[in-house]
Amino acid sequence: MAVFGNLADRLQETFKKLTGKGKLSEADVNNAMREVRLALLEADVSYKVVKDFVAKVKERAVGSEVLESLSPGQQVVKIVNEELIELMGSTQAKIAVSSKPPTVVMMVGLQGTGKTTSVAKIANILKKQGRRPLLAAGDIYRPAAIKQLEVLGEQLDIPVFALGDKVSPVEIAARALEHAQKNGNDYLLIDTAGRLHIDETLMQELRDVKAKVEPHEILLVVDAMAGQDAINVAETFNKELSIDGLVLTKMDGDTRGGAALSAKAVTGKPIKFVGMGEKMDAMEPFHPDRMAGRILGMGDVLSLIEKAQANMDVAKAKAMEDKLRKAEWTFDDFLDQMDQMRKMGDMKELLAMMPGGIGKQLKDVQVDPKDMARIEAIVKSMTAEERGNPSIINSSRKQRIAKGSGTQVQHVNRLLKQFEQMKQLMKKFSASGMTNMGKKGKKGRGSMPNFPGFPF
Amino acid sequence: MGFFSKLKQGLTKTRDEFNSKMSSVFSFGRKIDEGFYEELEETLIQSDVGFETAIDLVESLRAREKAEKIKDTETLQQALEDEIAKMLTGDVAENQGINIKDNCLNIILVVGVNGAGKTTTIGKMANYYNSRKKKVLLAAADTFRAAAIEQLTVWGERVGVDVIRQNSGSDPGAVVFDACQAAVSRKTDILIVDTAGRLQNKANLMEELKKINKIIDREAPDANVEILLVLDSGTGQNAISQAKLFGEVVPLTGIILTKLDGTAKGGVVIGLTHELNLPVKMIGVGEGINDLREFVPADFACALFAKGNDVDEDEHEDDEY
Repeated sequence: MAVFGNLADRLQETFKKLTGKGKLSEADVNNAMREVRLALLEADVSYKVVKDFVAKVKERAVGSEVLESLSPGQQVVKIVNEELIELMGSTQAKIAVSSKPPTVVMMVGLQGTGKTTSVAKIANILKKQGRRPLLAAGDIYRPAAIKQLEVLGEQLDIPVFALGDKVSPVEIAARALEHAQKNGNDYLLIDTAGRLHIDETLMQELRDVKAKVEPHEILLVVDAMAGQDAINVAETFNKELSIDGLVLTKMDGDTRGGAALSAKAVTGKPIKFVGMGEKMDAMEPFHPDRMAGRILGMGDVLSLIEKAQANMDVAKAKAMEDKLRKAEWTFDDFLDQMDQMRKMGDMKELLAMMPGGIGKQLKDVQVDPKDMARIEAIVKSMTAEERGNPSIINSSRKQRIAKGSGTQVQHVNRLLKQFEQMKQLMKKFSASGMTNMGKKGKKGRGSMPNFPGFPF
Repeated sequence: MGFFSKLKQGLTKTRDEFNSKMSSVFSFGRKIDEGFYEELEETLIQSDVGFETAIDLVESLRAREKAEKIKDTETLQQALEDEIAKMLTGDVAENQGINIKDNCLNIILVVGVNGAGKTTTIGKMANYYNSRKKKVLLAAADTFRAAAIEQLTVWGERVGVDVIRQNSGSDPGAVVFDACQAAVSRKTDILIVDTAGRLQNKANLMEELKKINKIIDREAPDANVEILLVLDSGTGQNAISQAKLFGEVVPLTGIILTKLDGTAKGGVVIGLTHELNLPVKMIGVGEGINDLREFVPADFACALFAKGNDVDEDEHEDDEY
């Protein structure tokens, strides 16, 4: 489901009323602002932040800028969009790089926000960039927290420094730093125990760790589902530790994620990463402009394209395109492609990123992984010859394939038909060029990107 | 003075600072006017009560002010706390606690999103019932998250109860199956089932939960089953989606509200219990083994405006960590 889904719906509904009008009266703006205020509050944006935000938008909206413009409704959308981007931080922030390695990163936050998982995910990103991160297991309080980090480290093949739960986190951090220096690790990521922002003893402990290892980057991990208290938490952690950035977790849920806006607004610190799932590669950089676009229902085409690019094998994609052009596409390619699609992640999540409300229209369409599995079984029950040349599949072959895949003949028939249709479709697409995919699609509101081979 | 008493003192002092901001709305001798109601609405929203519920509460309070000719804020605060407590109690009978029957197997299935505090709550619950002379068994059906099984095992050792477990990554349904069999044959009083955290919009994971519940129904048909949603009190309006969607796949019988020792108020449960008729059964007020309390609606309502006798300040014994 779309991130901020309900907020987007809400604002769209509000502005639909405005878009129809020629000019805006102050009363119109007031009506719209009431809706914006309500939507933001329901999205868990902090009360104070909402107040300021609405005041700012209103001030700009009732100004001459709007009244003289040809389409005032659009103008208000634009202002809300701009102010949202402003509120969330206008540029994408990157993680620090120290001129003298290792770069020390410390993760802090309340219990259960996802610190340990985030430490591993960020380390994974760094590793993919060719860095050599070391993880330090500094949560000595929660049972098996150290073990959790060790298991994740093992999964990712990233070293974990641990001294058990009898040694103070300050000492663990200090010795982990020495270890990193000795072993040529260029990043040290320190996991810490979850703690309440009002717990003075444990906050002191963090200050001590900070004083000892002087982190280049302190990241506060914030749960996207957090409510009004997020502002107090972020404010206090920032006051005590002077954090450098935020990590927003569990954004793959159906939360409206207002906590992101609150935490950003109150600390003034950028959101650097967004957790999008439980898998170790489900961590993305934060793009304020895209997020604002998503809020306003303009889709998130850029993220979609990047996701596709990151997971698609370029050479394979090129080869596939060639085959398409020559109409040589076979079931083997089809299997390949299904594999690629699967790598891109949850279908629903992909659909939600589509612009122009396509995702919304398809919101209730469940793309069942079981269907995918069934199709795969059918294809895999074909002989190599059949896969290369499906036209030879006669009724006795169909029966054999159905038996082999545990399906019915009509399933096989349907797939063959779909495959043929898809092939025709792809031929048409390939004429206009799949290569367009990499180009910016944000301006083309409402037009679907030429997404290759979505067979359902 | 032990480490934990000291810690608690620290907690209390800072929390009071937060609370004093909140409680100013009902300050003594204040005039009841538009400004007062606006500020009240603001306070309620800031406690995550939610916009609609906040409006409802304020409206009902206005009505009572008129009907009962209330002139002072103190009486009005009492009236508001009544209203909130009424919403929290709903149609449920006076005994809101977890329903445990004698002489039969009780199964408590614990569900919730990631990081809500399920495993910790189960550890505390195991201690709660173990110290009340019940025979408790735990099932480590969170086979997904790294080291979740170990975490529950540590709690099992602390409390001194057995944990039914398999290897990480194994089928949670199989763990529950084993646990039900073991509970029946060992004549266990209470089987508490830990499950993996899952976001409520993940269809597959929710299906898995349905399956776990089916296994319980099938393998222990005579058991008295409670299905509890663990909810982080720091959660905002998403809690409503959590309760609704979890409730669609398994028949929830109540809520456990965790992490109430912070500054988060957990006000979202007011609208939640009201709308879904889902009572809060227990609250978590810390990481210690004894930090699980019965839920008292009146205390909770009071804590929203923090008059001092906060929910967790009464007799908070030192915790044996």
